[in-house]
Amino acid sequence: MDKTIKSASTSAEEIIEWGKQHDIETCFDRALKMKPCPIGESGACCKVCHMGPCRFTGKNAEEEARGVCGATLGTVAARNMVRMIAAGTAAHSDHARDMALTLLAVANGEAKDFKITDVKKLYRVAGILGIEFEGRPVNDVARDVATTFVEDFGRQKGEINYTKRAPQKTQERWRKWNIVPRGIDREVVEAMHRTNIGVDHEPDHLLTHGLRVALADGWGGCMISTDISDILFGTPSPIKAEASFGIFKEDEVNLIVHGHEPTLAEVIVDTVNEPEMIEYAKSKGAKGINLGGMCCTANEILMRHGIPTAGGFTNQELGIMTGLIDAMTVDVQCIMPAIGELSKKFHTKVITTSEKAKMQGAVHIEYDEHRAKEVAREIIKTACDNFPNRKAEGSHITLKSTLIGGFSEEYIAYMQGGKWRASFRPLNDAIMAGRIRGVVGLAGCDNPRVASTGIHKYLATELIKNDVLIVSTGCGSAACATAGYMTPEMALENAGPGLREVCEAIGIPPILHLGACVDNSRILTIATAMAAEGGLSDEIAGMPAVGIAPEWMSEKAIAIGCYFAASGVPVIFGGESPVGASKEVTKIMTEVWFERFMGALHFEPDPEKMLQMCLDYIDKARENLKLRKYEPGKFGAERVLMDMAARREIKNTAHAGVGGINESQG
Amino acid sequence: MSKIIASAAISASHHLFKTAEEMLEKAIAEKGKDFVIEFPDTAFYLPQIYAMTAFPVKTLADMKVALEMAREMLHDMPEEKLWKPYLGEALDSGMATLFCEEIILALRYLNGLEPVTDPETGYVYNGFITDTIQRNLGIQLVDGRMPGFAAIIGAAPDAEIAEKIVRELQEKNILTFLSGQAKDKNGKLTNVTQQLLSRKVELGWDTYIVPLGPDTEHTLYALSWSIRASMIFGGNKPGDYKAHLKYTKDRVFAFALVLGELDEIKWSTGAGAINMGYPAICDTDVPVIHPTGVCTYEHVEKEFDHKKIVQRAFEIRGLKVTVEKPPIPVAYGPAFEGERIRKEDMFIEFGGQRTPAFEWVRTKELDEIEDNKVIIVGTNVEERFKAGGKMPLAIVIDVAGRKMQNDFEAIIERKMHHNINEAQGLWHMGQRDIVWMRISNQSYKDGITLEHIGIIHNTMTHHRFKSIVDKVQTTLYCDEKDVLELQEQARAVYRERDKRLGGMTDETVDTFYSCLLCQSFAPSHVCVISPERLGLCGAYNWLDCKAAFEIDPTGGNQPIAKGPAVDDKRGRWEGVDKYLKSNSAGAVETLNLYTIMDNPMTSCGCFECIVAIVPEANGVMLVQRGHTGETPVGMKFSTLAGTVGGGTQNPGFSGIGVNFITSKKFLFADGGIKRIVWMTKNLKERLGEDFKKRCVEEGVPDLIDKIADETAAEDSEKLLEFLTNAGHPALEMEPMF
Repeated sequence: MDKTIKSASTSAEEIIEWGKQHDIETCFDRALKMKPCPIGESGACCKVCHMGPCRFTGKNAEEEARGVCGATLGTVAARNMVRMIAAGTAAHSDHARDMALTLLAVANGEAKDFKITDVKKLYRVAGILGIEFEGRPVNDVARDVATTFVEDFGRQKGEINYTKRAPQKTQERWRKWNIVPRGIDREVVEAMHRTNIGVDHEPDHLLTHGLRVALADGWGGCMISTDISDILFGTPSPIKAEASFGIFKEDEVNLIVHGHEPTLAEVIVDTVNEPEMIEYAKSKGAKGINLGGMCCTANEILMRHGIPTAGGFTNQELGIMTGLIDAMTVDVQCIMPAIGELSKKFHTKVITTSEKAKMQGAVHIEYDEHRAKEVAREIIKTACDNFPNRKAEGSHITLKSTLIGGFSEEYIAYMQGGKWRASFRPLNDAIMAGRIRGVVGLAGCDNPRVASTGIHKYLATELIKNDVLIVSTGCGSAACATAGYMTPEMALENAGPGLREVCEAIGIPPILHLGACVDNSRILTIATAMAAEGGLSDEIAGMPAVGIAPEWMSEKAIAIGCYFAASGVPVIFGGESPVGASKEVTKIMTEVWFERFMGALHFEPDPEKMLQMCLDYIDKARENLKLRKYEPGKFGAERVLMDMAARREIKNTAHAGVGGINESQG
Repeated sequence: MSKIIASAAISASHHLFKTAEEMLEKAIAEKGKDFVIEFPDTAFYLPQIYAMTAFPVKTLADMKVALEMAREMLHDMPEEKLWKPYLGEALDSGMATLFCEEIILALRYLNGLEPVTDPETGYVYNGFITDTIQRNLGIQLVDGRMPGFAAIIGAAPDAEIAEKIVRELQEKNILTFLSGQAKDKNGKLTNVTQQLLSRKVELGWDTYIVPLGPDTEHTLYALSWSIRASMIFGGNKPGDYKAHLKYTKDRVFAFALVLGELDEIKWSTGAGAINMGYPAICDTDVPVIHPTGVCTYEHVEKEFDHKKIVQRAFEIRGLKVTVEKPPIPVAYGPAFEGERIRKEDMFIEFGGQRTPAFEWVRTKELDEIEDNKVIIVGTNVEERFKAGGKMPLAIVIDVAGRKMQNDFEAIIERKMHHNINEAQGLWHMGQRDIVWMRISNQSYKDGITLEHIGIIHNTMTHHRFKSIVDKVQTTLYCDEKDVLELQEQARAVYRERDKRLGGMTDETVDTFYSCLLCQSFAPSHVCVISPERLGLCGAYNWLDCKAAFEIDPTGGNQPIAKGPAVDDKRGRWEGVDKYLKSNSAGAVETLNLYTIMDNPMTSCGCFECIVAIVPEANGVMLVQRGHTGETPVGMKFSTLAGTVGGGTQNPGFSGIGVNFITSKKFLFADGGIKRIVWMTKNLKERLGEDFKKRCVEEGVPDLIDKIADETAAEDSEKLLEFLTNAGHPALEMEPMF
């Protein structure tokens, strides 16, 4: 009998095999054992009241099946979808709220272990928010910025602040369809209300509100979180780091930070090299302390400090099974409860740190921003104390990959022209000339229901071969990094001829690591900058760009997918559709949304079909924009030779990007 | 691959930074930190640094601050494997290199090492390019006579190839700068300047070939000159670097031809130039950078074929040059206008007090002449010409055309000077009956005959005036008798023309003309040209504009229907205001032609001279471009020009053409020429009799003696003393404001 491949990463697969021999169960085994409930999987189960749960099955369920209250399949599928969006939005936004409150505490001098690291970014954000910054004390500006952001959560009327950051035409579409978020909390609460028994029943009406919630996530929670993280910890710029299980060290204390929030992890980065901590580790017989990350906390500190990552979501159990992790801190989101129980079989101490999240089998050391370093030291010492308990057993892996990460919107503009000529002109030019066919955001979770990280790897290699530039975040980044794809050499060896030229000119990998999953907001601002630069679409809609989350599993991914769709980006998710039972809802999320916003949310389990759909979207967008038809290896700018008369006609418009010829050609 | 270029650019910036730092430390140790430092004749301090940062380097201490700015732009070299991105870093390093080079060159000036004298040939390079030269070139930059700029860095494989490339650039009207050195095909370290000198090619601004210096660093002079255009003509403020770099990319059509092997400094200087939108085309096997975006098209390209390299460079810079060349056996174009022919190189000459000679354009009926015909009248002409020496010569061009008017004769006639001068090896000066023309030995050897002179005139008259003239016929009279006889007829016509022109006033016409030629460089500037006020560059008068409009109805000169007067005295009309609003990109709403005190005309940057108010003297002063001394307003011309140009209205200050000073409408609303309290000696001499005539008309015949010049005063205190002693009328006039 053929062996079932559980992970597309050989290192992961090796640990899984080792676990099998030692009778240790992981998510991969449970995924095999636990078939998804076919009714729930396709959105045909309603359990919002206790007259049910009702199931909507049978040949003509869409037309004939009714719940006890009379709800149709469309209503139920839409309601389920909206609740997923709301949950995802709540997760990112609660994270963002904590960031805003931390910024406020820093501005008020109440969080002494933090500082405003990136004043330039603070001023940029203040500028966008319309807050005076010139000549004012930095903390005063920070306080106003924090307060303005905090208001976004509790606002009852009007529009969230970052609405105005989107291209004008994108805003117009939102206003036309009345999906501009008023306040982040309000939209989530309203979503819960509307999906309660007996409130909103019309699928389109429900899903339209779903998009409003999603926008509160993307242009609210996520964007706020990214910006505050940059302000407090620095806007990322390229940095070299390592990925995979080989990052653990045999002779050092291995402390792994897992989860999503950057604050505690940043303080641990600051503290871990204090002589006192190193001495402490040595006193326990270790040569030093090796800090690593996992999941999106890893991405946060990798982007800013080059701290290595042990990988994404499905690696968390496997990491513990190496027997090398002395302590693993966790905060919020995507923490498998399995690790509490699993850690007992090894010496690893799992430390919960958020007041919001505890689990069985873990010790709790609660993070408090007012005494952050103290907490960090306690955690580090706990890890050191545990070092002598390390046992010989575990599946030791030495393989690791190097990656270049740290691409922020700011750096991406910089890398295209330096300090004086930073812009998106070269990228737009490359797309127009057909060197780059289009841009794909390859993001989202990794999932044990497929050969984990396998679809990420398939799509990444195929897309770059097709001259598609990839930006990636979250566990998608971890998958590509572990596979060794995020290197500049990858472009020279594996990218299509046009993409290769561009990567070579700039010196970049063909896949740009933008950070954690909240940093998908960076894709929104990048698309906005591309629209402003000119020559492509003048809004986010219509760009030759697609979002793909091939192995998604979290509700957060659904919220992200929907805010991209509402912003005008077609999005393709892998796996079976969670609304697949309802043709009506599927149609709304694809055709209707595309008509209104030029975005869509598709579900497509077949990787080859995902690729084809993606390239079709890109080529269609190129055609609509009247760009040169993409042909591999054939590209070039339309050359317009200027005589004196033509030069007098050049429009004298100031242009942020020191833009190119298109504006002058009218 | 591009990483090689980036690595070289980054590496060189570190070296140059270190050199600059050491030189600066040494200078400070020797001269003290407050020692004043400046380039000759510029109002823009260290122009590259000043444009980018708005920081004026005035002393060695300031220079240290500027050097620190360069330090911030230094970056680590990309690693061998798993490198981090390098393009932005390389471009920053390139800019750091330009900053360091500017500092190094300024310090070399301080030490008397610039401009460089070539040790082999004794040739003195140009060195720093002054503001004056920039403004002198103004009109050529915009009218197509100088559509682009090449910086040739290094050396060609041999001198013959060097000459061929430069000649091609000259024929295409490209201004060429020379710098740097490289090995030629024999392995000798040399440069294009030396190569051209060995071929006896005439170098200098007049021939469009400007050797800046023997090092790559000297290329900075061309770059710092080009970015000044953004401040002088573009009206962009120092420190508005985005505007400057957009300006240079969109409007300054410059590129580099890199001949021979490249070293790190060449790459790094090139990276600096790419910031400005200037690509490089190399004749060696270099890595290329094709994706576009910083430059308009390719950033770095290679072309091994020296016959194609100029054309390839044009394509890469997006430059279109159209040249009309008459069928003659020598090269032709404005770049050859500046050539001189010394006596020993001369084959034959005409006029110039040596023989009788004149030039004349007549209007004929269509059936009276044969198109493109050249008639040579005289005895034994061919033999006499072949003998060389000197000959009498009358050139009479007969033109016919349905749109031809008598008023255009003078304009066509004035172009005869350029027609001849633009031919390589032909030299011309003067006009009408004071002409002087020479043909060189070389061009005679190349096959130039008398007939070619007629061919040149026929071809170029058709080309320049294509929608006015339908037929052109040129007759050359070579016998003294004929020449003297016809000269009398011509002189009568000259006199009549002058009389008609002199009687033409702003009141006698309904239409003024605009000149928008400068909008390719100064996008918001509009020249309004009336019969009594010529363009501020001095190159276009009302008739010129009228003809230009006839020639090209959609061109840079457009009629402005004056409309009803709003203010007769100040010279404001409804039609002019309306035209301005829609043609100045909204920058200028209204204009008074006859005053500098209230909404005066804007200036592009290439004005011949500046009129500026001297409040304490209740008058104005006049200083011409090229005057490098102080003036009573406490600013040199170059500084003053910086406050006047760029298409903005500056009450109390205006750029004007020299001949406007003797117009009756000059400061008409402010009190006319009696307001002039100071003007340079040079201007006094240039205006000469015309000015004296105007003084008489104004009732102050000795006004010119009451006006101070630089020998009497260079500050306002001395000026007032002089004026009081002289009893200057301005002191008694109504207050100017």
